[in-house]
Amino acid sequence: MSMTKIKAAGTALLNQWRFLAGLKYFWPVFLAAGLAFCIAADVYDFVDLYLQLIIIYVGINIILTASLNLINGYMGEFSVGHAGFMAIGAYIASILTVYVFPQNTAGILFPAAILAGGMGAALVGFLVAIPSFKTRGDYLAIVTLAFGMIVKSILENIDAVGGPRGLLGMEKLTTLPWVFFWTALCVWVIRNLVYSNFGRGVLSIREDEIASDLMGVNTRQVKIIAFVVSSFFAGIAGGLFAHALQFINPRMFDILKSTDILIMVYLGGIGSIAGSILGAVIYTVLLEILRPLGVWRMVFMPLMLVLLMIYRPRGIMGMREIRLFTPLRDLVTEKLWRQKKKEASDASP
Amino acid sequence: MPLLKISGLTHRFAGLCAVSDFNLLLQQNELVGIIGPNGAGKTTVFNLMTGVYRASEGSINFQGKELVGLDPHSITRLGIARTFQNIRLFKELSVLDNVRIAHYGQMAYSPAEALLHIGRFRAEERRITSQALDLLAVFHLDESANETAKNLPYGLQRRLEMARALAAEPKLLLLDEPAAGMNPNEIFQLMDFIGWIRRTFSVTILLIEHQMRLVMGICERLVVLDFGATIAEGLPAEIQANPKVLEAYLGEEVAS
Repeated sequence: MSMTKIKAAGTALLNQWRFLAGLKYFWPVFLAAGLAFCIAADVYDFVDLYLQLIIIYVGINIILTASLNLINGYMGEFSVGHAGFMAIGAYIASILTVYVFPQNTAGILFPAAILAGGMGAALVGFLVAIPSFKTRGDYLAIVTLAFGMIVKSILENIDAVGGPRGLLGMEKLTTLPWVFFWTALCVWVIRNLVYSNFGRGVLSIREDEIASDLMGVNTRQVKIIAFVVSSFFAGIAGGLFAHALQFINPRMFDILKSTDILIMVYLGGIGSIAGSILGAVIYTVLLEILRPLGVWRMVFMPLMLVLLMIYRPRGIMGMREIRLFTPLRDLVTEKLWRQKKKEASDASP
Repeated sequence: MPLLKISGLTHRFAGLCAVSDFNLLLQQNELVGIIGPNGAGKTTVFNLMTGVYRASEGSINFQGKELVGLDPHSITRLGIARTFQNIRLFKELSVLDNVRIAHYGQMAYSPAEALLHIGRFRAEERRITSQALDLLAVFHLDESANETAKNLPYGLQRRLEMARALAAEPKLLLLDEPAAGMNPNEIFQLMDFIGWIRRTFSVTILLIEHQMRLVMGICERLVVLDFGATIAEGLPAEIQANPKVLEAYLGEEVAS
């Protein structure tokens, strides 16, 4: 009896959810409100600084997770060098704002610095994509592992950027509005890519690369696009990270950082944008909440992961998506389908 | 001009000669079967034609274009599509997406347009989706357009694989053991179905099959392979009476 009640409530809620998803205006309103809130918080300073910093990290981690998910979740490859791309973005953006841009213009030119960091990382991503044509699975993991180490070693050996001591002198330019903007852009672009011809190509590579090639998918082109987009956003995240912390050194971008991002991807769920967001939020916030535990939090987190892998090996949202993250066009597809079915049934007596 | 001309095709796997000096001439709209015992090199011929393997020697000429050395996706875009012996659908994707992926080569928007969902993106997606739904409707699969491919029953999976191959708009369709795992009744339906596909989509069909009933029933011409070499070629009736073929299938007759 109560069961049926719960079921009815569930259905009602689901219908409401559908209604929400069908709302054309949800995203514009949500984005405008979010941006307005971020700008207000930045200007009037009514959000605790510590809380602001956590929100900034959450945003950066969402960018990192969503972009890595494109390679590891949607394409089914296994890349473990994401922190390397982040480092490239962080260093390029920092060098620009600290050394290159004239005094007092860093604030205005900040977006250009971030963009340049993303472009630099994208270019390197393009180069890394080439060996990935030849390798898959474990081998790609080794290639990207080596890539991460190479980036770290190179940075440690360039004295101009501080070598192993790192680089400082960045102003605190990463503000809530900028993080909100880049995070929204990243999520939007990756969603767009996934729900396009190229995105279906990415998915088909995961399912069966040979069959995908035989169906006319230019697998080489698809891999390049996926790698370039993924490393571009890792670079963006790196630039934001550097200007939030105001200090970077090569050790910050070692294999442990890449592992962090991998954890967020597999926690939230492979092949899912909602999952990427969820994974980044849960991981970042939980680590902060567990801070009083000290070293023990690094016991708690792996334990949680082990349990997750046992009970939900694909992550919380593995290969599923919240309706809100599928484009309206996909709903249009459904409409088109219903319409065609109706025409067919009208035609036959 | 023949649609396809294969001459002197040879392929070796580290010393093992899987296909040796294979020749084939296909005319427009023909329906030809390749038969032969297990391990005779039939699937290897398909893999060579579609670019999965690169032939050691010989040439494959399709409508005046040389195929040896081309990537599989380029060959598909020239107009050759295939199905697989053991179904190779994109299992975790929807039925509709399986078909839409095969339209990859016909999509006329750039990566930038895809990333920002601007320009030709909307119109093209609508066109392809509508086309894919039409194709699914023809194959009576439109009811399950949103279903995950792996959840379809076996027979429908086979059908979807054919729909997917046809979505690539081929001129030549290669079917690798389409009747595998079917009972005699289903094979009978499949024979009608293959004939129907050929008429409706006006494609040339080359198929590999073990089921003699199917091969003898619908193929206009047969090629028999054994140990990578062509041992006979001709009309089904001729093949049935050919002593070499009987020998390949049943073994040599022992002189008593």
